[in-house]
Amino acid sequence: MRTTQDGRAQPNLGRRGFLKTGAAAAAIVVTGAAIIHSGEAWGLETKSLAPQTMRALVIIARDIFPHDRLEDKYYAIAMKSWDEKSASDAATKAMIEGGIATLDALAKSAHGVTYAEVAWEVDRVALLRQIDHGAFFGAVQGGMLAGLYNQQDVWPLFGYQGESASKGGYIHRGFNDIEWL
Amino acid sequence: MAKFDLNDDSVVVIVGSGAGGGTLGTDLARAGIKTVILEAGARYETEDFVNDEWSSFMQLAWKDPRSTSGNWRVHKDFPGLPAWIVKAVGGSTIHWAGASLRFQEHEFRGRTTYGDVAGANLLDWPVTLAEMEPWYEKAEFRMGTTRTNGIPGLPGNNNYKVLEAGAKKLGYKEVHTGRMSINSQPRDGRGSCQQIGFCFQGCKSGAKWSTLVAEIPKGEATGNLEVRPESQAVKIEHDASGKATAVVYADKDGKLQRQKARVVAVACNSIESPRLLLNSASSMFPDGLANSSGQVGRNYMRHTTGSVYGIFEKPVHMFRGTTMAGIVQDEARHDTKRGFVAGYELETLSLGLPFMAAFLNPGAWGREFTSALDGYENMAGMWIVGEDMPQETNRITLDPALKDHLGMPVASVHFDDHPNDIAMRNHAYGQGRAIYEAVGAVRTFPTPPYPSTHNLGTNRMSEKARDGVVNKWGQTHDVKNLFISDGSQFTTGAAENPTLTIVALATRQAATIAGMMARNEI
Repeated sequence: MRTTQDGRAQPNLGRRGFLKTGAAAAAIVVTGAAIIHSGEAWGLETKSLAPQTMRALVIIARDIFPHDRLEDKYYAIAMKSWDEKSASDAATKAMIEGGIATLDALAKSAHGVTYAEVAWEVDRVALLRQIDHGAFFGAVQGGMLAGLYNQQDVWPLFGYQGESASKGGYIHRGFNDIEWL
Repeated sequence: MAKFDLNDDSVVVIVGSGAGGGTLGTDLARAGIKTVILEAGARYETEDFVNDEWSSFMQLAWKDPRSTSGNWRVHKDFPGLPAWIVKAVGGSTIHWAGASLRFQEHEFRGRTTYGDVAGANLLDWPVTLAEMEPWYEKAEFRMGTTRTNGIPGLPGNNNYKVLEAGAKKLGYKEVHTGRMSINSQPRDGRGSCQQIGFCFQGCKSGAKWSTLVAEIPKGEATGNLEVRPESQAVKIEHDASGKATAVVYADKDGKLQRQKARVVAVACNSIESPRLLLNSASSMFPDGLANSSGQVGRNYMRHTTGSVYGIFEKPVHMFRGTTMAGIVQDEARHDTKRGFVAGYELETLSLGLPFMAAFLNPGAWGREFTSALDGYENMAGMWIVGEDMPQETNRITLDPALKDHLGMPVASVHFDDHPNDIAMRNHAYGQGRAIYEAVGAVRTFPTPPYPSTHNLGTNRMSEKARDGVVNKWGQTHDVKNLFISDGSQFTTGAAENPTLTIVALATRQAATIAGMMARNEI
C-alpha cells in the first residue's frame, strides 16, 4: 500500500500493463443479480438493470475514458448511478437498454459477439464511434465527467489534492515548490 | 441593519449586489442615502464556501434556465449555460479571480483607434481614461489592489513560475504576479492570501475582495443599507411621466412584492440586466424600458477567451495557490501587424481535475482526451482575455417560448465570433503554446472558451441617445431616474478583466447620484 499526501491508504494500483487493457471483459463475471470483479475483489448487485447490462456499461465506461492507472471499480461506481436512475425512471432504463442493444447488434454484425466480448479495445472503440452522436452515448459520456472525475478517491491518482482550506491552503505546503525550471 | 418599508418611495433600489450594485449601494449608504439592494440569490458567508468545484457550482452559480444560439462553441457544448456567474449576495465578485487592471487610454476610444471594422458596432466611450483615473485610484484603494498604493504583489505560485520562465524566454517584458485585489498582506480587516486555490469557489480566507466581505457589511453598518436576498426582480414600473417608480420582485416564497423607489439602478450582469429592461416593456415603452435606441441587449461581448495548457515532464501542481496571480501584458497593445485590432492579456489559470475534465474539450473522449488528463499533475495553464468586437447582432433577447419558475421569459443569448476575435484567439493560442514550449512542454493544447464570466456591453454607454442606452454617468438616456451600474454599460470591452472598471464606474456613479438627489434633479 502506498499513502497519499493526506495519509489515506490507497490500494496498490500499479500502472496497468498494456496487455491488461481490455481485460475487463474477462475479469468481470455475472453471478445471479450481480457482477463480480475477480481481480479487484469487488461485487456490484444491480437493482433495475440486468447484470449483463451493467457489465457492458463498465466496459463502455473504460473504453470512453481509458485511464490505465484506474481500476475498473471507479468505472463501476460511475456507472452504478444508471442502475439507480433506471429503477425510478422507465425512460432512462429504456435508453440504457436500447443503447446496449444497439451496440451489441453492431458488435455481432462486425465480430459475431456482444460488445462486451469484443476482445480488442480498438475494435470496441470503432463501434462506439458509430454511436457517439446519439443520446445513449451522450448521456453515458456526459454523466461520467462528474461520475468518474468527481470521485474524490480518483483525485490522488491524478495528483490532484482537492480541498485545501482546512489544511491552511498551500502557503506552507508547496504552492511555489517547483524546482525543475 | 436597516429595514425599509415596501411603500417607502424615498429609497434607491438597486437590483443586484455584485461589483456594480454592491459597490454603489455601499457608497450611497455612506452618503446617507436610504438604499435597498434586491439580490436574486441567497446569502452565504465565507465559512459557507466549499473547496469543491461541483458542489460550489451547485451552491453559487446562476443556474436558472437560459437559451443560446450562434456559432460560438458554448452554444453547442453548454446550450443552457451561456455564462458561469453567481446568484448570491456578492454576485460574481464571489467567483472572480481578483485581476484588477485599468483599461488603456486607447481602449476608451475603440471606434477612433480601430477604425471602421466591418461587422463591428464600435463606438468611443463618452468617458476618457483621464476622467476615469481618479476613480480607478479610489477603486484600487478600496479593493486593496496589489502593485498599487504601495501594496506588494502576491508571491508567484508554481503555475506562475512556469508562465514567467516561458514568457521571459520569449522576450516578454511585462510579466508579473498581477494587480490583484487579493490581500498580499493583512489589510482592511481581512487577512492575507493563504494560497488555497479555489479562488473561483468563494475565498475561504477572506483575502479576496468581494462586495460580500469588503463592501456590503460597511454599507449595512451605516444603517442606510438593506440587502434583501432571495428577491428576484421581474419588472421595473414607471409612472405616466415616464419616471421609474418601483421594482416588482419575487420574494423567497415566490410571492410578488413591490418596492417603491425614488431611483432605480440595475446591476444584474449583462444577461439579466437587459432581460429585466425588456421584461419591463409597457405601452409607453413598447420595446422595453430605456430602449428608444433599440440597443438594449445588443453588442453583447464576452471577451475573446480560450485557454492553453502545457504538460511538462515533471510536476507543476498548478491548482496550488492563487488561481490568477500571473500575467503577461505585452500582447495587450493595439498592433495590427499581428493581423487583428486591439489586444489581449495572458493570465494564469487552473482548474481542478473535475472541471478540467468538463472543460478540456467538451464532448471529446478516448485516449487523446484521457492522456491529457493523465498529465494533470504536470500541467500548467493560462487564460486568454482579449477585446472582442461589439456586434449589434450579438444580443440578449427574450426567449419566445422558455419561461422561468416565475413565468417570466428567460434570456436568450446569441453570439457569433467576429473574424477579429478568431484571429486574435488563434494568435494567442500560438503565443501560449510558444511560452510553454520554451520551457520544455512535452505537449500543449488549446481549450475552447468556457461559459462566459465577462458579460459586457448590453446596455452600452454612448454620448448620443441614439447610439446606446446610458450616458456617461450610467443614467439611461430615456428614464432619468433609472441607472445601469454593471458591466452592461461598457461601450467596448477592452482587453482587461472588467471588475476594476465596474467598481470605478460604480464609485463614480454613486457620487453622481448623490449629487443629483441633493439637487433634486432625480
